[in-house]
Amino acid sequence: MPLPADTDVSSPKHLRDKYAIVGVGETTYTRGSGMTTRALGTWAVSNAMLDAGLKAADVDGMLSYQSGDSTFAPFIAGDLGIRLNFYMDVFGGGSSTEALIGIAMGVIEAGMCKTVAIFRAMNGFSQVRIGGTGARSAVPVTSDMLHSRAYGWQSAGQMFSPTFMRHMYDYGTKPAQVAAVRAAHSNHASNNPKAYYQKRVTVEDVLASRVICKPLHLLDCCVETDNATAVIIARADRARDLKHTPALIRGVAGRVCKPRIDMHYQAGPISTVAGRYAREILWPNSGVGPEDVDVTGSYDAFTFTTMLQLEDYGFCKKGEGGRYVSDGTINLGGRRPNNTSGGHLCEGYTHGMNMVIENVRQLRHDVDDSCPKGPDGKREHTYDYKEGGCRQVKGCEVTANLGWAMPGTGSAMVMRRG
Amino acid sequence: MPLSLDDLEVENLTYFKHCAAHDFHLQACANCSLLRYPPTTACPWCTSREAKWVPVEGKGAVHSYTEVHHAIQPAFKGHTPYMVLLVDLDRQLGKPTEHEALRIVGNLATPDGKLAKPEMVKRVGIGTRVRMVFTDVAPGLALPQWIIDEAAKQPDNPWRYPQE
Repeated sequence: MPLPADTDVSSPKHLRDKYAIVGVGETTYTRGSGMTTRALGTWAVSNAMLDAGLKAADVDGMLSYQSGDSTFAPFIAGDLGIRLNFYMDVFGGGSSTEALIGIAMGVIEAGMCKTVAIFRAMNGFSQVRIGGTGARSAVPVTSDMLHSRAYGWQSAGQMFSPTFMRHMYDYGTKPAQVAAVRAAHSNHASNNPKAYYQKRVTVEDVLASRVICKPLHLLDCCVETDNATAVIIARADRARDLKHTPALIRGVAGRVCKPRIDMHYQAGPISTVAGRYAREILWPNSGVGPEDVDVTGSYDAFTFTTMLQLEDYGFCKKGEGGRYVSDGTINLGGRRPNNTSGGHLCEGYTHGMNMVIENVRQLRHDVDDSCPKGPDGKREHTYDYKEGGCRQVKGCEVTANLGWAMPGTGSAMVMRRG
Repeated sequence: MPLSLDDLEVENLTYFKHCAAHDFHLQACANCSLLRYPPTTACPWCTSREAKWVPVEGKGAVHSYTEVHHAIQPAFKGHTPYMVLLVDLDRQLGKPTEHEALRIVGNLATPDGKLAKPEMVKRVGIGTRVRMVFTDVAPGLALPQWIIDEAAKQPDNPWRYPQE
Protein backbone atom coordinates (compact mmCIF):
# COMPACT_ATOMS: atom_id res chain seq x y z
CA MET A 1 0.00 0.00 0.00
CA PRO A 2 1.67 3.30 -1.02
CA LEU A 3 2.27 5.67 1.87
CA PRO A 4 1.35 9.33 1.52
CA ALA A 5 4.16 11.76 2.15
CA ASP A 6 2.39 13.42 5.08
CA THR A 7 2.17 10.27 7.19
CA ASP A 8 4.92 9.44 9.68
CA VAL A 9 5.35 5.69 9.93
CA SER A 10 8.70 5.84 11.67
CA SER A 11 7.43 4.18 14.85
CA PRO A 12 9.22 0.94 15.76
CA LYS A 13 7.64 -2.31 14.66
CA HIS A 14 9.48 -4.53 17.18
CA LEU A 15 6.66 -4.49 19.75
CA ARG A 16 4.60 -6.78 17.49
CA ASP A 17 3.33 -9.70 19.58
CA LYS A 18 5.33 -8.58 22.62
CA TYR A 19 2.21 -7.55 24.57
CA ALA A 20 -1.14 -9.20 25.03
CA ILE A 21 -4.59 -8.74 26.43
CA VAL A 22 -4.61 -11.34 29.19
CA GLY A 23 -7.93 -10.63 30.86
CA VAL A 24 -11.30 -9.16 29.92
CA GLY A 25 -14.33 -8.40 32.03
CA GLU A 26 -17.56 -6.47 32.11
CA THR A 27 -20.65 -5.81 34.17
CA THR A 28 -24.16 -6.46 32.96
CA TYR A 29 -25.44 -4.08 30.26
CA THR A 30 -28.49 -2.39 31.75
CA ARG A 31 -30.56 0.78 31.88
CA GLY A 32 -30.68 1.78 35.50
CA SER A 33 -27.65 0.11 37.08
CA GLY A 34 -28.64 1.31 40.53
CA MET A 35 -25.00 1.80 41.45
CA THR A 36 -22.17 4.28 41.09
CA THR A 37 -19.59 4.25 38.31
CA ARG A 38 -17.13 3.37 41.10
CA ALA A 39 -19.06 0.19 41.90
CA LEU A 40 -19.42 -0.59 38.19
CA GLY A 41 -15.71 -0.05 37.54
CA THR A 42 -14.72 -2.21 40.49
CA TRP A 43 -17.02 -4.97 39.22
CA ALA A 44 -15.58 -4.94 35.69
CA VAL A 45 -11.93 -4.78 36.75
CA SER A 46 -12.39 -7.61 39.25
CA ASN A 47 -14.07 -9.70 36.54
CA ALA A 48 -11.10 -9.05 34.24
CA MET A 49 -8.69 -10.09 37.02
CA LEU A 50 -10.67 -13.30 37.63
CA ASP A 51 -10.70 -13.95 33.89
CA ALA A 52 -6.92 -13.57 33.70
CA GLY A 53 -6.20 -15.41 36.92
CA LEU A 54 -4.51 -12.36 38.44
CA LYS A 55 -4.63 -11.23 42.07
CA ALA A 56 -4.58 -7.65 43.31
CA ALA A 57 -0.84 -7.86 43.94
CA ASP A 58 -0.30 -8.78 40.25
CA VAL A 59 -1.79 -5.54 38.89
CA ASP A 60 0.22 -2.33 39.33
CA GLY A 61 -0.99 -0.02 36.56
CA MET A 62 -4.38 1.44 35.70
CA LEU A 63 -5.80 3.61 32.94
CA SER A 64 -9.28 4.92 32.36
CA TYR A 65 -11.07 7.28 30.02
CA GLN A 66 -14.06 9.44 30.70
CA SER A 67 -15.69 12.79 30.06
CA GLY A 68 -16.34 13.95 33.60
CA ASP A 69 -18.83 11.10 33.93
CA SER A 70 -16.90 8.43 35.80
CA THR A 71 -14.65 7.49 38.72
CA PHE A 72 -10.86 7.94 38.72
CA ALA A 73 -8.59 4.92 38.63
CA PRO A 74 -7.12 5.25 42.18
CA PHE A 75 -10.58 4.76 43.71
CA ILE A 76 -11.17 1.55 41.75
CA ALA A 77 -7.66 0.33 42.56
CA GLY A 78 -8.03 1.20 46.24
CA ASP A 79 -11.34 -0.62 46.52
CA LEU A 80 -9.76 -3.75 45.06
CA GLY A 81 -6.57 -3.57 47.15
CA ILE A 82 -4.39 -2.79 44.14
CA ARG A 83 -1.26 -0.71 44.88
CA LEU A 84 -0.48 1.33 41.79
CA ASN A 85 2.91 2.11 40.31
CA PHE A 86 1.23 4.00 37.48
CA TYR A 87 -2.18 5.39 36.68
CA MET A 88 -3.74 7.98 34.42
CA ASP A 89 -7.31 9.05 33.78
CA VAL A 90 -7.70 10.40 30.27
CA PHE A 91 -10.36 12.69 28.86
CA GLY A 92 -12.22 11.13 25.97
CA GLY A 93 -14.83 8.71 24.75
CA GLY A 94 -14.83 6.68 21.57
CA SER A 95 -11.44 5.66 20.13
CA SER A 96 -9.83 5.77 23.59
CA THR A 97 -9.62 2.01 24.12
CA GLU A 98 -7.08 1.22 21.41
CA ALA A 99 -5.09 4.38 22.16
CA LEU A 100 -4.84 3.50 25.87
CA ILE A 101 -3.76 -0.05 25.05
CA GLY A 102 -0.87 1.52 23.15
CA ILE A 103 -0.08 3.73 26.14
CA ALA A 104 -0.18 0.69 28.44
CA MET A 105 2.36 -1.08 26.22
CA GLY A 106 4.52 2.03 26.33
CA VAL A 107 4.55 2.42 30.10
CA ILE A 108 5.31 -1.27 30.63
CA GLU A 109 8.07 -1.00 28.03
CA ALA A 110 9.41 2.03 29.92
CA GLY A 111 9.63 0.00 33.10
CA MET A 112 7.06 2.10 34.90
CA CYS A 113 4.85 -0.87 35.82
CA LYS A 114 4.20 -4.46 34.76
CA THR A 115 0.48 -5.04 34.34
CA VAL A 116 -2.12 -2.45 33.38
CA ALA A 117 -5.88 -2.67 33.84
CA ILE A 118 -7.87 -0.33 31.58
CA PHE A 119 -11.50 0.38 32.38
CA ARG A 120 -14.45 2.46 31.21
CA ALA A 121 -17.26 2.83 33.77
CA MET A 122 -20.36 4.80 32.83
CA ASN A 123 -24.02 5.25 33.57
CA GLY A 124 -24.60 6.25 29.95
CA PHE A 125 -28.36 5.97 30.35
CA SER A 126 -29.21 6.79 33.94
CA GLN A 127 -26.66 9.57 34.64
CA VAL A 128 -24.85 11.28 31.75
CA ARG A 129 -26.85 10.31 28.68
CA ILE A 130 -24.53 9.51 25.83
CA GLY A 131 -27.05 10.66 23.22
CA GLY A 132 -26.86 14.14 24.70
CA THR A 133 -30.50 14.37 25.76
CA GLY A 134 -31.83 15.36 29.18
CA ALA A 135 -29.76 17.75 31.28
CA ARG A 136 -26.92 17.72 28.76
CA SER A 137 -29.13 19.21 26.06
CA ALA A 138 -29.99 22.31 28.10
CA VAL A 139 -26.51 23.48 29.16
CA PRO A 140 -25.63 27.11 28.32
CA VAL A 141 -23.93 27.58 24.96
CA THR A 142 -20.57 29.31 25.33
CA SER A 143 -17.24 29.79 23.60
CA ASP A 144 -16.56 27.78 20.43
CA MET A 145 -19.87 25.95 20.85
CA LEU A 146 -21.55 29.11 19.56
CA HIS A 147 -20.52 27.91 16.09
CA SER A 148 -22.35 24.61 16.50
CA ARG A 149 -24.77 24.21 19.40
CA ALA A 150 -26.37 27.60 18.81
CA TYR A 151 -27.68 26.10 15.56
CA GLY A 152 -29.20 23.02 17.15
CA TRP A 153 -26.16 21.08 16.03
CA GLN A 154 -25.09 19.36 19.22
CA SER A 155 -25.55 15.60 19.62
CA ALA A 156 -23.15 13.14 18.05
CA GLY A 157 -25.79 12.15 15.52
CA GLN A 158 -26.45 15.75 14.54
CA MET A 159 -22.74 16.56 14.30
CA PHE A 160 -21.79 13.52 12.21
CA SER A 161 -24.74 13.59 9.84
CA PRO A 162 -23.24 16.00 7.26
CA THR A 163 -20.43 13.45 6.80
CA PHE A 164 -22.93 10.63 6.36
CA MET A 165 -25.06 12.66 3.93
CA ARG A 166 -22.07 13.67 1.85
CA HIS A 167 -20.99 10.03 1.54
CA MET A 168 -24.40 9.22 0.08
CA TYR A 169 -24.05 12.16 -2.31
CA ASP A 170 -20.45 11.41 -3.33
CA TYR A 171 -20.83 7.65 -3.82
CA GLY A 172 -24.54 6.89 -4.24
CA THR A 173 -24.70 5.01 -0.95
CA LYS A 174 -28.28 3.85 -0.27
CA PRO A 175 -30.18 3.94 3.05
CA ALA A 176 -30.95 0.22 2.78
CA GLN A 177 -27.26 -0.64 2.38
CA VAL A 178 -26.31 1.16 5.56
CA ALA A 179 -29.31 -0.22 7.46
CA ALA A 180 -27.88 -3.69 6.80
CA VAL A 181 -25.29 -2.92 9.50
CA ARG A 182 -28.02 -2.82 12.16
CA ALA A 183 -29.63 -5.97 10.80
CA ALA A 184 -26.28 -7.83 10.91
CA HIS A 185 -25.39 -6.64 14.39
CA SER A 186 -28.86 -7.48 15.70
CA ASN A 187 -28.46 -11.02 14.35
CA HIS A 188 -25.16 -11.27 16.20
CA ALA A 189 -26.68 -9.89 19.40
CA SER A 190 -29.44 -12.49 19.28
CA ASN A 191 -26.66 -15.01 20.00
CA ASN A 192 -25.22 -12.95 22.85
CA PRO A 193 -27.08 -13.61 26.11
CA LYS A 194 -25.63 -10.45 27.72
CA ALA A 195 -26.66 -8.03 24.92
CA TYR A 196 -29.15 -5.32 25.89
CA TYR A 197 -31.11 -5.73 22.62
CA GLN A 198 -31.27 -9.39 21.56
CA LYS A 199 -34.17 -9.10 19.10
CA ARG A 200 -33.32 -9.47 15.43
CA VAL A 201 -34.36 -6.60 13.19
CA THR A 202 -34.49 -6.31 9.40
CA VAL A 203 -33.39 -3.61 6.99
CA GLU A 204 -37.08 -2.75 6.60
CA ASP A 205 -37.44 -2.32 10.37
CA VAL A 206 -34.53 0.17 10.37
CA LEU A 207 -35.94 2.19 7.47
CA ALA A 208 -39.41 2.22 9.02
CA SER A 209 -38.17 3.50 12.37
CA ARG A 210 -38.66 7.21 12.98
CA VAL A 211 -36.18 9.75 11.63
CA ILE A 212 -33.94 11.30 14.29
CA CYS A 213 -31.91 13.55 12.01
CA LYS A 214 -31.43 12.69 8.37
CA PRO A 215 -29.96 10.31 7.36
CA LEU A 216 -30.30 8.61 10.77
CA HIS A 217 -33.36 6.61 11.78
CA LEU A 218 -33.79 5.56 15.39
CA LEU A 219 -32.38 2.11 14.61
CA ASP A 220 -29.32 3.59 12.87
CA CYS A 221 -28.31 4.87 16.32
CA CYS A 222 -26.69 2.92 19.15
CA VAL A 223 -28.25 2.05 22.48
CA GLU A 224 -27.52 4.02 25.68
CA THR A 225 -26.70 1.76 28.62
CA ASP A 226 -25.13 1.66 32.09
CA ASN A 227 -22.09 -0.59 32.32
CA ALA A 228 -18.36 -0.94 32.88
CA THR A 229 -15.80 -2.84 30.86
CA ALA A 230 -12.14 -3.70 31.48
CA VAL A 231 -9.12 -5.25 29.79
CA ILE A 232 -5.73 -6.16 31.27
CA ILE A 233 -2.45 -5.72 29.37
CA ALA A 234 0.77 -7.59 30.18
CA ARG A 235 3.85 -8.84 28.41
CA ALA A 236 3.12 -11.85 26.21
CA ASP A 237 5.74 -14.03 27.92
CA ARG A 238 3.87 -13.46 31.18
CA ALA A 239 0.55 -14.09 29.49
CA ARG A 240 1.50 -17.67 28.68
CA ASP A 241 1.39 -18.55 32.41
CA LEU A 242 -2.16 -17.24 32.74
CA LYS A 243 -5.54 -18.86 32.17
CA HIS A 244 -6.34 -18.17 28.53
CA THR A 245 -4.78 -18.22 25.09
CA PRO A 246 -3.40 -14.67 24.90
CA ALA A 247 -4.64 -12.15 22.37
CA LEU A 248 -1.34 -10.81 21.05
CA ILE A 249 -1.24 -7.16 20.07
CA ARG A 250 0.22 -6.72 16.58
CA GLY A 251 -0.08 -2.97 16.30
CA VAL A 252 -2.06 0.03 17.46
CA ALA A 253 -2.91 3.45 16.09
CA GLY A 254 -4.16 5.94 18.65
CA ARG A 255 -6.45 8.93 18.12
CA VAL A 256 -5.15 9.57 14.65
CA CYS A 257 -6.58 12.83 13.29
CA LYS A 258 -7.46 14.36 9.97
CA PRO A 259 -6.11 17.86 9.43
CA ARG A 260 -8.34 20.42 11.21
CA ILE A 261 -10.64 18.19 13.21
CA ASP A 262 -13.19 20.88 14.07
CA MET A 263 -16.62 19.87 12.83
CA HIS A 264 -16.70 22.47 10.07
CA TYR A 265 -14.67 20.27 7.79
CA GLN A 266 -12.38 22.67 5.96
CA ALA A 267 -10.11 19.74 5.19
CA GLY A 268 -12.10 17.53 2.87
CA PRO A 269 -13.32 15.37 1.44
CA ILE A 270 -15.71 15.28 4.37
CA SER A 271 -16.87 11.80 3.37
CA THR A 272 -13.39 10.51 4.21
CA VAL A 273 -12.66 9.79 7.89
CA ALA A 274 -9.55 9.47 10.06
CA GLY A 275 -9.12 5.80 9.16
CA ARG A 276 -7.64 6.98 5.88
CA TYR A 277 -4.66 8.23 7.94
CA ALA A 278 -4.69 5.61 10.72
CA ARG A 279 -4.44 2.76 8.20
CA GLU A 280 -1.01 3.98 7.16
CA ILE A 281 0.20 3.30 10.70
CA LEU A 282 -1.95 0.27 11.52
CA TRP A 283 -1.20 -2.07 8.64
CA PRO A 284 2.58 -1.50 8.28
CA ASN A 285 3.09 -1.72 12.05
CA SER A 286 0.93 -4.85 12.31
CA GLY A 287 2.58 -6.53 9.34
CA VAL A 288 -0.82 -7.61 8.03
CA GLY A 289 -3.42 -6.10 5.73
CA PRO A 290 -7.21 -6.08 5.55
CA GLU A 291 -7.25 -9.38 3.64
CA ASP A 292 -5.59 -11.14 6.60
CA VAL A 293 -8.31 -10.12 9.06
CA ASP A 294 -10.97 -12.66 10.10
CA VAL A 295 -13.17 -10.48 12.35
CA THR A 296 -13.57 -6.71 12.53
CA GLY A 297 -14.82 -4.50 15.32
CA SER A 298 -15.71 -1.32 13.48
CA TYR A 299 -17.25 1.13 15.93
CA ASP A 300 -21.00 1.39 15.54
CA ALA A 301 -22.11 4.52 17.32
CA PHE A 302 -24.19 4.68 14.15
CA THR A 303 -24.61 2.28 11.26
CA PHE A 304 -22.71 4.77 9.11
CA THR A 305 -19.61 4.85 11.34
CA THR A 306 -19.10 1.12 10.83
CA MET A 307 -19.32 1.53 7.06
CA LEU A 308 -17.11 4.61 6.78
CA GLN A 309 -14.30 3.05 8.77
CA LEU A 310 -14.33 -0.32 7.03
CA GLU A 311 -14.04 1.61 3.78
CA ASP A 312 -11.27 3.98 4.82
CA TYR A 313 -9.18 1.23 6.44
CA GLY A 314 -9.21 -0.49 3.07
CA PHE A 315 -11.57 -3.44 3.55
CA CYS A 316 -13.14 -2.34 0.29
CA LYS A 317 -12.51 0.36 -2.29
CA LYS A 318 -13.37 3.93 -1.40
CA GLY A 319 -17.03 4.49 -2.09
CA GLU A 320 -17.96 0.79 -1.98
CA GLY A 321 -18.70 0.68 1.75
CA GLY A 322 -22.43 0.47 1.10
CA ARG A 323 -22.01 -2.70 -0.90
CA TYR A 324 -19.47 -4.14 1.57
CA VAL A 325 -21.77 -3.86 4.58
CA SER A 326 -24.84 -5.15 2.75
CA ASP A 327 -23.56 -8.15 0.74
CA GLY A 328 -23.25 -10.56 3.68
CA THR A 329 -19.52 -10.05 4.27
CA ILE A 330 -19.98 -8.57 7.77
CA ASN A 331 -22.54 -11.16 8.95
CA LEU A 332 -21.70 -14.22 11.03
CA GLY A 333 -21.04 -16.89 8.44
CA GLY A 334 -19.77 -14.25 6.02
CA ARG A 335 -16.19 -13.62 4.95
CA ARG A 336 -15.39 -11.13 7.73
CA PRO A 337 -18.04 -10.63 10.42
CA ASN A 338 -18.17 -7.27 12.18
CA ASN A 339 -19.07 -6.71 15.84
CA THR A 340 -20.07 -10.28 16.58
CA SER A 341 -21.31 -9.26 20.05
CA GLY A 342 -23.87 -6.88 18.54
CA GLY A 343 -21.66 -3.89 19.31
CA HIS A 344 -22.92 -0.52 20.41
CA LEU A 345 -26.04 -0.84 18.31
CA CYS A 346 -27.26 -3.85 20.31
CA GLU A 347 -25.00 -5.17 23.08
CA GLY A 348 -24.41 -1.92 24.98
CA TYR A 349 -22.58 1.38 24.77
CA THR A 350 -19.09 1.43 26.27
CA HIS A 351 -17.15 3.85 24.05
CA GLY A 352 -15.50 0.99 22.22
CA MET A 353 -14.18 -1.38 24.86
CA ASN A 354 -16.80 -4.12 24.47
CA MET A 355 -15.73 -4.55 20.84
CA VAL A 356 -12.15 -5.20 21.97
CA ILE A 357 -13.38 -7.66 24.61
CA GLU A 358 -15.41 -9.50 22.00
CA ASN A 359 -12.43 -9.87 19.67
CA VAL A 360 -10.27 -11.19 22.52
CA ARG A 361 -12.88 -13.88 23.13
CA GLN A 362 -13.07 -14.62 19.39
CA LEU A 363 -9.30 -15.13 19.32
CA ARG A 364 -9.54 -17.49 22.32
CA HIS A 365 -12.19 -19.45 20.38
CA ASP A 366 -14.32 -19.10 23.49
CA VAL A 367 -17.03 -16.54 22.81
CA ASP A 368 -19.72 -16.55 25.53
CA ASP A 369 -22.72 -17.64 23.51
CA SER A 370 -25.28 -20.32 24.43
CA CYS A 371 -23.27 -23.29 23.13
CA PRO A 372 -22.79 -26.12 25.67
CA LYS A 373 -19.62 -26.23 27.73
CA GLY A 374 -17.26 -29.18 27.50
CA PRO A 375 -15.34 -30.91 30.34
CA ASP A 376 -12.57 -28.25 30.17
CA GLY A 377 -15.12 -25.50 30.84
CA LYS A 378 -14.83 -24.15 27.29
CA ARG A 379 -17.79 -24.00 24.99
CA GLU A 380 -18.18 -26.59 22.27
CA HIS A 381 -19.15 -24.33 19.44
CA THR A 382 -21.65 -25.49 16.84
CA TYR A 383 -20.98 -22.72 14.28
CA ASP A 384 -24.73 -22.70 13.67
CA TYR A 385 -25.57 -19.00 13.62
CA LYS A 386 -29.34 -19.38 13.91
CA GLU A 387 -31.14 -17.12 16.37
CA GLY A 388 -30.08 -18.00 19.91
CA GLY A 389 -27.23 -20.12 18.59
CA CYS A 390 -23.47 -19.86 18.16
CA ARG A 391 -21.50 -16.69 17.45
CA GLN A 392 -17.95 -18.05 17.44
CA VAL A 393 -16.15 -17.44 14.13
CA LYS A 394 -14.46 -20.67 13.07
CA GLY A 395 -10.67 -20.56 13.09
CA CYS A 396 -10.44 -16.88 14.05
CA GLU A 397 -6.76 -15.95 13.96
CA VAL A 398 -6.56 -12.17 13.30
CA THR A 399 -8.90 -9.38 14.37
CA ALA A 400 -9.02 -5.61 13.79
CA ASN A 401 -10.69 -3.03 16.02
CA LEU A 402 -11.52 0.32 14.47
CA GLY A 403 -12.36 2.89 17.12
CA TRP A 404 -14.25 6.09 16.32
CA ALA A 405 -14.32 9.39 18.20
CA MET A 406 -15.72 11.49 15.37
CA PRO A 407 -15.18 11.72 11.61
CA GLY A 408 -11.82 13.40 12.12
CA THR A 409 -10.42 11.16 14.87
CA GLY A 410 -10.01 7.40 15.20
CA SER A 411 -7.92 4.63 16.72
CA ALA A 412 -7.28 1.05 15.69
CA MET A 413 -5.68 -2.19 16.79
CA VAL A 414 -4.81 -5.53 15.24
CA MET A 415 -4.61 -8.64 17.45
CA ARG A 416 -3.79 -12.25 16.65
CA ARG A 417 -4.33 -15.52 18.45
CA GLY A 418 -1.31 -16.41 20.61
CA MET B 1 -31.14 29.16 25.01
CA PRO B 2 -28.53 31.03 27.11
CA LEU B 3 -25.62 32.15 24.91
CA SER B 4 -22.52 33.84 26.29
CA LEU B 5 -18.87 34.61 25.63
CA ASP B 6 -16.12 35.08 28.19
CA ASP B 7 -14.02 38.28 28.13
CA LEU B 8 -10.93 36.25 27.20
CA GLU B 9 -12.53 34.95 24.00
CA VAL B 10 -10.91 37.61 21.89
CA GLU B 11 -11.25 35.82 18.56
CA ASN B 12 -14.90 34.86 19.03
CA LEU B 13 -15.75 38.27 20.51
CA THR B 14 -14.42 40.00 17.42
CA TYR B 15 -16.23 37.62 15.09
CA PHE B 16 -19.55 38.16 16.87
CA LYS B 17 -19.00 41.92 17.17
CA HIS B 18 -19.08 42.05 13.37
CA CYS B 19 -22.08 39.71 13.27
CA ALA B 20 -23.95 41.99 15.70
CA ALA B 21 -23.54 44.76 13.10
CA HIS B 22 -24.84 42.28 10.48
CA ASP B 23 -21.42 42.18 8.81
CA PHE B 24 -19.58 38.96 8.05
CA HIS B 25 -15.84 39.13 8.73
CA LEU B 26 -13.26 36.34 8.85
CA GLN B 27 -9.63 36.22 9.91
CA ALA B 28 -7.15 36.53 7.05
CA CYS B 29 -3.65 35.29 7.84
CA ALA B 30 -1.15 38.17 7.91
CA ASN B 31 1.47 35.89 6.42
CA CYS B 32 -0.22 33.71 3.76
CA SER B 33 -3.49 35.66 3.35
CA LEU B 34 -5.70 32.56 3.55
CA LEU B 35 -9.03 33.00 5.31
CA ARG B 36 -10.20 30.63 8.00
CA TYR B 37 -13.39 29.70 9.85
CA PRO B 38 -14.41 29.34 12.63
CA PRO B 39 -12.17 31.84 14.45
CA THR B 40 -8.88 30.33 15.60
CA THR B 41 -5.69 31.48 17.30
CA ALA B 42 -3.28 30.69 14.44
CA CYS B 43 -3.22 29.84 10.75
CA PRO B 44 -3.64 26.10 10.09
CA TRP B 45 -1.73 26.38 6.83
CA CYS B 46 1.33 28.44 7.82
CA THR B 47 1.20 28.57 11.67
CA SER B 48 1.32 32.36 11.82
CA ARG B 49 -0.45 33.82 14.85
CA GLU B 50 -1.02 37.18 13.17
CA ALA B 51 -4.30 37.84 11.39
CA LYS B 52 -6.55 40.70 10.37
CA TRP B 53 -10.32 40.74 10.05
CA VAL B 54 -11.63 41.22 6.52
CA PRO B 55 -15.19 41.49 5.15
CA VAL B 56 -16.36 38.40 3.28
CA GLU B 57 -19.44 38.08 1.08
CA GLY B 58 -21.89 35.56 2.53
CA LYS B 59 -22.73 33.62 -0.64
CA GLY B 60 -22.22 30.01 -1.50
CA ALA B 61 -23.71 26.56 -2.08
CA VAL B 62 -24.79 23.81 0.32
CA HIS B 63 -21.99 21.26 0.73
CA SER B 64 -23.89 18.97 3.08
CA TYR B 65 -26.61 19.15 5.67
CA THR B 66 -28.69 17.41 8.26
CA GLU B 67 -32.41 17.76 8.77
CA VAL B 68 -33.28 17.38 12.44
CA HIS B 69 -36.64 15.74 13.15
CA HIS B 70 -35.99 14.87 16.80
CA ALA B 71 -34.60 17.98 18.49
CA ILE B 72 -32.81 17.51 21.79
CA GLN B 73 -32.26 21.14 22.82
CA PRO B 74 -35.35 22.73 24.41
CA ALA B 75 -35.04 25.86 22.24
CA PHE B 76 -35.40 23.80 19.04
CA LYS B 77 -38.15 21.39 20.07
CA GLY B 78 -40.94 23.52 18.63
CA HIS B 79 -39.22 24.04 15.29
CA THR B 80 -38.73 20.59 13.74
CA PRO B 81 -37.82 19.70 11.12
CA TYR B 82 -35.02 22.24 11.00
CA MET B 83 -31.98 22.19 8.77
CA VAL B 84 -28.32 22.59 9.67
CA LEU B 85 -26.40 23.55 6.54
CA LEU B 86 -22.68 23.39 5.83
CA VAL B 87 -22.17 25.96 3.11
CA ASP B 88 -19.14 26.24 0.84
CA LEU B 89 -18.43 29.94 0.49
CA ASP B 90 -17.67 31.07 -3.05
CA ARG B 91 -14.67 32.91 -1.63
CA GLN B 92 -11.62 30.62 -1.39
CA LEU B 93 -13.51 27.59 -2.75
CA GLY B 94 -11.11 24.75 -3.52
CA LYS B 95 -8.18 26.46 -1.82
CA PRO B 96 -5.55 25.77 -0.64
CA THR B 97 -6.31 22.23 -1.85
CA GLU B 98 -9.00 20.80 -4.09
CA HIS B 99 -11.32 19.50 -1.36
CA GLU B 100 -11.08 22.47 1.00
CA ALA B 101 -13.46 25.36 1.40
CA LEU B 102 -14.66 27.80 4.01
CA ARG B 103 -17.62 25.73 5.25
CA ILE B 104 -19.89 28.00 7.22
CA VAL B 105 -22.55 26.43 9.41
CA GLY B 106 -26.02 27.90 9.73
CA ASN B 107 -29.68 26.97 9.80
CA LEU B 108 -31.93 27.32 6.80
CA ALA B 109 -33.81 30.51 7.64
CA THR B 110 -36.39 32.88 6.24
CA PRO B 111 -35.26 36.35 5.09
CA ASP B 112 -36.28 37.76 8.48
CA GLY B 113 -34.01 35.26 10.22
CA LYS B 114 -36.58 32.74 11.53
CA LEU B 115 -36.07 28.97 11.16
CA ALA B 116 -37.50 27.85 7.81
CA LYS B 117 -40.83 26.00 7.68
CA PRO B 118 -41.08 22.41 6.30
CA GLU B 119 -42.20 23.48 2.81
CA MET B 120 -39.04 25.58 2.44
CA VAL B 121 -36.85 22.83 3.92
CA LYS B 122 -38.02 20.48 1.15
CA ARG B 123 -36.61 22.81 -1.53
CA VAL B 124 -33.06 22.70 -0.21
CA GLY B 125 -30.33 20.09 -0.68
CA ILE B 126 -26.69 19.72 -1.62
CA GLY B 127 -25.95 22.29 -4.32
CA THR B 128 -28.66 24.81 -3.39
CA ARG B 129 -27.40 28.40 -3.72
CA VAL B 130 -27.79 30.35 -0.47
CA ARG B 131 -26.91 33.72 0.96
CA MET B 132 -26.31 34.89 4.50
CA VAL B 133 -28.64 36.81 6.81
CA PHE B 134 -28.26 37.55 10.49
CA THR B 135 -30.54 36.64 13.38
CA ASP B 136 -30.35 38.79 16.52
CA VAL B 137 -30.40 36.33 19.41
CA ALA B 138 -29.30 38.44 22.40
CA PRO B 139 -28.18 42.02 23.04
CA GLY B 140 -24.93 42.41 21.08
CA LEU B 141 -25.11 38.89 19.68
CA ALA B 142 -26.30 37.80 16.23
CA LEU B 143 -25.87 34.51 14.41
CA PRO B 144 -25.16 34.16 10.69
CA GLN B 145 -27.92 32.11 9.04
CA TRP B 146 -28.64 31.00 5.47
CA ILE B 147 -31.55 31.73 3.16
CA ILE B 148 -32.28 30.44 -0.33
CA ASP B 149 -30.66 32.85 -2.80
CA GLU B 150 -33.73 33.56 -4.94
CA ALA B 151 -31.69 35.75 -7.32
CA ALA B 152 -29.15 33.03 -8.10
CA LYS B 153 -29.41 30.30 -10.70
CA GLN B 154 -30.39 27.19 -8.75
CA PRO B 155 -29.57 23.56 -9.64
CA ASP B 156 -32.54 21.75 -11.24
CA ASN B 157 -32.58 19.09 -8.52
CA PRO B 158 -30.50 19.81 -5.42
CA TRP B 159 -29.51 16.45 -3.86
CA ARG B 160 -31.72 15.48 -0.96
CA TYR B 161 -31.87 12.41 1.22
CA PRO B 162 -34.01 9.99 -0.82
CA GLN B 163 -36.58 9.15 1.89
CA GLU B 164 -39.01 12.01 2.64
